[in-house]
Parts: sequence; C-alpha cells; structure tokens
Amino acid sequence: MRRLILVFVLLLAVPALALEPEEMLDDPVLEQRARDLSLEVRCVVCQNQSIDDSPAQIAADMRRAIRDRLVAGDSDAEVLDFLVDRYGDYVLLRPPLRPGTYLLWFGPGLVLLIGVFGVAWGLRRRALKPEPDPLTPEERAAVNRLLGRQTDGKDADA
Amino acid sequence: MRRLVYLVPLTVFLALAIWLAVPLLEGRDPSALPSALIDQAMPSTDLPGIPGRARDASGLTDADLLAGKPILVNVFASWCLPCLAEHPLLMGLSDDGVTIHAINYRDDPADSADWLARHGDPFDRVGLDRDGRAGIDWGVTGVPETFVIDADGRIRYRFAGPLTPAILDRDIRPLLASLDQ
Repeated sequence: MRRLILVFVLLLAVPALALEPEEMLDDPVLEQRARDLSLEVRCVVCQNQSIDDSPAQIAADMRRAIRDRLVAGDSDAEVLDFLVDRYGDYVLLRPPLRPGTYLLWFGPGLVLLIGVFGVAWGLRRRALKPEPDPLTPEERAAVNRLLGRQTDGKDADA
Repeated sequence: MRRLVYLVPLTVFLALAIWLAVPLLEGRDPSALPSALIDQAMPSTDLPGIPGRARDASGLTDADLLAGKPILVNVFASWCLPCLAEHPLLMGLSDDGVTIHAINYRDDPADSADWLARHGDPFDRVGLDRDGRAGIDWGVTGVPETFVIDADGRIRYRFAGPLTPAILDRDIRPLLASLDQ
C-alpha cells in the first residue's frame, strides 16, 4: 500500500517550469496559445530545447515577444512567421516542408529504400547463381592426383 | 565491369567523408546560426540614448541608421567580456572614419556610460535596449554581434561573437569598401 502511494506521489511530480509567473498573460486562452507556440520554438542559444523549457534570458525574451504578438492580435502562424523572419527556420523545432528541406524529411526513408533494394538485389543474385556441374570422373582423378591421394575415384578423407 | 559495382559504397563513403570533413577543417563553428536578416531591410529601431554618455546622449533611430552610406551596428553590453575583447578593433575602425552605431543590449545605462568612459567610445549613436526587445527585432542571439548596413538600410552582413582582426580584414573592410563605391 505504501509503495503504491509512493508510486502515485512520484507520478504527480512534474518538471519545473522555465516560465516565470509574471510572464504569463491574464487571458487564459491567449496564455494557452502562447504556451503551445513556445513548445514549437527552439531556443537560439541552447541548440535543442524549446523556449518553453529553456531558462536562458533570450528564451524569456522570445516568450515575451510571442505574448506581445498574441496580445497585438496576431494569429499563431503570424507569430511563428515573426520569429522565422528574424531567426530563420532554425527556430522551428518542426522544420517546414519545402524543397530546401526535402532531404531532411525524406532522406532517412531514401536511405532505407536504398538499403532494402541493395539487400534484395544481393539475395536475388545469390539465389540465381547456378549450381556448378559436378566433376567428371576424369576431373576427380586429376584432382586426387594433384592432392597426392589414392585414385579410386572416392575422396580419401571422405 | 561487374566488379565496379563494389566501388560504389567506397565512392559514396569518400564523397560523404569529404563533404563532412571540409566544414570541420575550415574551423567553422557548428553552433553559429545563419542569419535570416541578410539582405533584408533593417528592423525599425527607435531606442532611447544613455543619459550619462559623454560623446552623444541621444538615442538610435531609423534616421541615424539610414545615413546614406554604409555603417556598422554593434550590439554590446558592459557586462559582456567578449565585447571588451573586440573593443580595440571598433576603436580602430572608428579612427579610420567608419560610422559605428551601437545597441546597448540589456544593460544599465549608468554601467554602460562608465564602461564607454573607461574603455573609449567608438560609437556615433548608442541606443539603449534595456529589456532586449530590439535584440529580438534584430535577431540577436547574444552579445557581441556586428551588422553591416548599406546606404539603403539593408543588412548586408552579420557576425555573431567577438570580432577579430582576421574577420575585419577578410569580411568587413572589403565589404565596407565595396559598398562605399
């Protein structure tokens, strides 16, 4: 029973927020949109953390910029465009699908396909290889002679 | 002919190795981000000045940045040590007659006035960006950063991090010279 309680208590533990209470907007709908957008935006100094997670000052500035834009009436897409205009596609944790990013999105599938075809090609080639003709008695005798074995037509060590 | 097939993986490997090795050997910083603002119009800027600054206490506005000639914009802060490292280079550029404006990023105006009085003041105009909003507008990721703006107010170059003599000679001086024609 105690163990069960411990498990439930541990399940209740949530990671600490980078977001400071004073950053939050009064309007819960806008605040939720800001939180959702923050999860999509990469912190520019911490490589692979969303600004929602990052305690960096610049991440706080970017969170505030998102809230400023939302309060000014921007749509979610406009807010992301605002940041992409200034920081490039890099700030999006989910890069957009466009010709410049095809390799990024489809590269792994392409490599897998090449591998599948390579393996299939190799297996087919192996299966198609014809069995060599068995040795004629003359050839067997010649082999045995070369190997210094008896020439009774049977393998000496068989 | 059949045998050449076996060279395919080796060729692919070599091509990949060269492609990956070149940037590594060039000493490119993998964490440096490409700037989205290159060849874009500079962001609209209207920043207050630093009251205690001896050289010019007025702020930095679009009118200052649209000077009709190429200029430098340097983002600095008094708390930033790499800014101090690049400072003599900016002093040198200023002595050579290059116009340098500055954005004083997330700083206390009294501190930055002291800092400029102590280390020299190469800047024409300094705008105070107390809360980092202008920093976001300029796509700044940290201090120091340096931008080259052409006569039409477009950003032509950005360098993140402290300037070095090599970067001045390789990038900034030739660019200023070519823009000045």
